[in-house]
Amino acid sequence: MTDGHVLEDKSHFRGVWVFLEHRKQGLRDVSVQLIGEGRRLADLRGAPLTGVLLGDGVDELAKYAIGYGLDRVLVVNDPILEIYRSRPYAQVMAQLIRRHKPEIVLYGASKNGRDLGGRLHAILETGLAADCVKFDIDAEGNLDMIRPSFGGKSLAHILCKKHRPQMASVRRNVFVAPPHDPTRTGEVVPEKVELGPSDVDATLVDFQEFTKEGGLRPEEAAVVVSGGYGLGDPKPFGMLQDLADLLGGAVAASRKAVDSGWVPKMLQVGQTGMTVRPDLYVAVGISGAVQHLAGMQESKKIVVVNLDPKAPLFEIADYGIVGDLFEVVPEMVRQLKALKAAAADGRTTVPATVQ
Amino acid sequence: MRVIVCIKQVPRAQELQVDPVTQTLKRVGVPSEINPPDANALEMALRLKDHLAAEVIVLSMGPTSFDESLERAVAMGADRSILLTDRILGGSDTVPTAYALSETIQKIGGYDLLLCGEETTDASTGHVGPGIAGHLDLPQITYTSEIRIEDGKVRARRTAEDGTEWWETTMPCLCTVNFGCNKPREPTLTGKIRVERGGVVTHWSCADVGIDPKKVGLFNSPTIVAKVDTVRLPARAGRIFSGEPEETVRKLLDALIADRVIVP
Repeated sequence: MTDGHVLEDKSHFRGVWVFLEHRKQGLRDVSVQLIGEGRRLADLRGAPLTGVLLGDGVDELAKYAIGYGLDRVLVVNDPILEIYRSRPYAQVMAQLIRRHKPEIVLYGASKNGRDLGGRLHAILETGLAADCVKFDIDAEGNLDMIRPSFGGKSLAHILCKKHRPQMASVRRNVFVAPPHDPTRTGEVVPEKVELGPSDVDATLVDFQEFTKEGGLRPEEAAVVVSGGYGLGDPKPFGMLQDLADLLGGAVAASRKAVDSGWVPKMLQVGQTGMTVRPDLYVAVGISGAVQHLAGMQESKKIVVVNLDPKAPLFEIADYGIVGDLFEVVPEMVRQLKALKAAAADGRTTVPATVQ
Repeated sequence: MRVIVCIKQVPRAQELQVDPVTQTLKRVGVPSEINPPDANALEMALRLKDHLAAEVIVLSMGPTSFDESLERAVAMGADRSILLTDRILGGSDTVPTAYALSETIQKIGGYDLLLCGEETTDASTGHVGPGIAGHLDLPQITYTSEIRIEDGKVRARRTAEDGTEWWETTMPCLCTVNFGCNKPREPTLTGKIRVERGGVVTHWSCADVGIDPKKVGLFNSPTIVAKVDTVRLPARAGRIFSGEPEETVRKLLDALIADRVIVP
């Protein structure tokens, strides 16, 4: 934060903040995951962990959020803040940060989190590192913000040494959500900010919720079956869905399959799409560009099916089949169905699914 | 109306390769392109120009090698282009970049709509577009895939986390454009001829624009890259089967069951 060219003494800044995103009276999972990591950082700095919750009538949610490990929640209730709006949210956050001077502020790298962080870091003139995957505290007490660069082939350590607060965004599923402790106590602090109708500079005129095609979304699924350019056209995604259904999973795709117009962009895994870390990732007809690896290499187990034994993705496979996906995938579906039927006939009715 | 499209020139993503010996990124001799999401923003501007009496100005910040992308943008149909180019800008992170571009946009003046790609393929932050809107205190609509101008207002379709939003706002405003939401057109013959004649790229220095040298460049950027680690992917078991599908699939499923990855 600057005042002219004179930087404010950074020792005035203390504490870790997490910007809490919410929807339908619940916290978004990225925000819950950030509370867990924020707790660790706050303890390392010997400072309190604060959640910031903007909305309309969100006091109950603020109380509930404390159970995930917060010391206190700053709450701003205003009808203008009922839904996310770029300008009012940025104005309120800027006022709160100037008032309380946190040392670290964490945001989810969601659409709204990036929209907010990008606007805010320019207003506050401070550093913001996008899509961090790891944090440390360096010897001088700075936040070491570690993010993938060049499509996930390397990790860059970003420091914001002179400016405060140090701000960073984190994608969903990078950190593990902490358990909720309903007995945990903390403070809900109502904050007053100046906000008027003139702060509303854009109006939401329509909203159409995404229908959950095929049920689960890849980010939520324990099993992801992902298709690439090798599928050739949209039709074979049907058999991937069959396979995903048998494994209790969701279908996703590579950037090439999305760019070819075979499946919607919202199913894209990779650097410019979503990050997934399922228990099992089955990559079908995906050669494995670095952009794709960036979105799935944290998967617990990786199965690769590709005709080309030299496909780079085999290098990070736990299991693989070199073969024609148009033969292999239907055979997998057939054998899984047979296994399920055998299990049902036998002593158990447990369906084929991930543990 | 006047539309300003902010673009960056980036190394072609497909060409990014890691040197197997040094484990660093090969940069020398890698061909460049207009950052693909910025090309989608440019196409969106050119479509507005197709239907409305819009002037499209393309703006970039970087070394003079960026002329290549600005000339391509003009050949595609932009009216003119401006490159903010100055050694003191080197090493700027997103804060000085958003500031310097904002100052340049104000120097151009008379704008109604600012368009940026949703993010760049080389740095992938997506911070500069909203940063410009923050500097200029303009309405911003990020992650748009369709923009309509109706009754002097902007209506934009935004891809949010859980659905599609339609936002309405007044001009001037800034929108960022989704990667892949349209197919950028190829340069036209008349466009290429205009570029051949020269003079389609105007170079401005920081002094030309009135940019404060104390607010730009590596030293005045809040963030620094302290170091870069090469990622060594975790070793995987790598049990690869080949042969007849019936046999390879049986071996795979047996292994997945034995390792308790799936439970039949």
